[in-house]
Amino acid sequence: MKRATRYSILVHGGAAIVSLVILAPFAWMVVASISPQRMLITTPLRWIPDHLYLDRYTEIFRGSAGGTGAAFRAALVNSTVVASGTVAVAMLVGILGAYAFARLRFRFRRSVLALFLLTYMLPQISLLIPLYLILNVLGLLDTRVGLILVDCSLVIPFVLWILSNYFLTIPVELEEAARIDGTSRLGALFRVILPAARPGIFAAIMFAFLLAWDEFMYALIFTSSTAAKTVPVVISEFAGRYTTDFGLVAAGGILAALPPIVVAIAFQRYVVSGMAAGGVKG
Amino acid sequence: MTVASAKPSRTFTPAGSGRPRKRRDTQQRLAFWLLLPAGVAVFGVIVYPILRTLLISFFEVNSALATVTPFVGLQNYAHVLSSSGFWGAMGRTVYFTLVSTALELVLGLVVAGLLNAKLKARWVFRAIVVIPWAIPTIVNAAMWKGILNAQYGALNALLTQLGVIDQYQAWLGDPTTALNMVILADAWKTTPVVAFFLLAGLNSIPEELYDAAKIDRAGWPRIFRSIVLPMLVPSISIVLVLRTIEAFKVFDIIYAMTRGGPVNGTQTVAYYAYMTAFSDQNFGLGSALAFIIVLVILALTAFYLRLLRRSEMSLL
Repeated sequence: MKRATRYSILVHGGAAIVSLVILAPFAWMVVASISPQRMLITTPLRWIPDHLYLDRYTEIFRGSAGGTGAAFRAALVNSTVVASGTVAVAMLVGILGAYAFARLRFRFRRSVLALFLLTYMLPQISLLIPLYLILNVLGLLDTRVGLILVDCSLVIPFVLWILSNYFLTIPVELEEAARIDGTSRLGALFRVILPAARPGIFAAIMFAFLLAWDEFMYALIFTSSTAAKTVPVVISEFAGRYTTDFGLVAAGGILAALPPIVVAIAFQRYVVSGMAAGGVKG
Repeated sequence: MTVASAKPSRTFTPAGSGRPRKRRDTQQRLAFWLLLPAGVAVFGVIVYPILRTLLISFFEVNSALATVTPFVGLQNYAHVLSSSGFWGAMGRTVYFTLVSTALELVLGLVVAGLLNAKLKARWVFRAIVVIPWAIPTIVNAAMWKGILNAQYGALNALLTQLGVIDQYQAWLGDPTTALNMVILADAWKTTPVVAFFLLAGLNSIPEELYDAAKIDRAGWPRIFRSIVLPMLVPSISIVLVLRTIEAFKVFDIIYAMTRGGPVNGTQTVAYYAYMTAFSDQNFGLGSALAFIIVLVILALTAFYLRLLRRSEMSLL
């Protein structure tokens, strides 16, 4: 009993410290975003703003066209379209491919999978110049479609890996029962495997969304206007231009982080089970 | 297309009977069609550019609009390998990779243990830990840049008010300190990812092993050394490979936090290649650099894959 109490104090204390280390910087960003500029540059710094200063959020949400706010709003839309598009394509293509890896016997199965995973090793910088020229020829520079295209090549290998590992954990008998009843392989995939693979699917969606939302280098080089600039690009411009106004960068940063945080918190419990079976097979 | 080609496999025969040869053929064909979209989407984007980059690396290309681009063979590579800028960047990249990966692995192990522990409101703790993972790298970098600011930064304010330091420090002003600060910022964001990967491994350890250890009256250090660590080897190896590759390619956080400064103190190889190609407009040299990075990562991965194979990964 005594040992159990000590254990409980230890883990709760540890969890509290970890939570503090994680939440403190983020909380400061929130506070800074609603503090008037003059308070952020006083020494000694006062941690609690004397009044709620929401001008930055008003600018971001209502700012007139051509201003900082409008650019940010366009970027939010672009990021949403690019990330959702990438997730949709990557999941569709990934589910089909992962099924093949997990269930079918074919020559070079392991080599093909290894080849997909090896692409992860290529730094984006090694593809940047030719990709720029290709997108230019195709008229896809500074378009969301162009970004979805290149982002998919980053995300699909990950999705394939997570999903094929997860599909492997689903008993073959489930599928065979359906097949004996006359369902085709693809019918069994969509009617039997996918429902059973829900944690793996959700884990893959979360991974794909976070990767696509976070992608920076391609967006930095391949976009040049509000037509396709994504949130990370705009934030990095903010941070470069308003070096003294941390509050504005913080406000933009929080709004940029909100969609992925919501997705991550909502999907987090699936990630544990999705990877528990998927990430490693002991 | 894929649906049509799936039809032959309708003639499903229970294992053991039927014509295995033909079944194998239909499986091969089905696998081809199922993998085709993924293959096109990934390799369609990658193959030509990587070959083109390789080609460019043998030529002298000094501007985006260069008309005269003489073939120079391996000169770009020789030039890179004999430049002190490259070796400096390489040294910093190795340092960044080793320190950040080690830090994230150790902290990740602790956090994974806590995520797995019997906590009240475990759901809340897991939701908190997932936050840094979700925050975009660029936002993370901007956040730490603000916190570490020499004049107005929250870290300076906090440490001064606590009496830890007596005057404000330029955390990003000194090359070595700046690199360490970038590592800290990277660890803050990435440790949760590592922790969740390791948690997946922890979850796969059968409860009976712990019970057996308890019957043998083994203490926690002993259980950790003899059960947890060996069972975690596969997860640890995966995390090690993924993090090493990722750290070696590091670009975003450097770009947003320090732009490689001060005095190139945080300039890593990927950033150095980016500067060479896009800032100096020296595409030939930049391509050679990019290719050297690819080769180094290949060598690193080959080394790790040997480790991985020993630890019996399922699908690697």
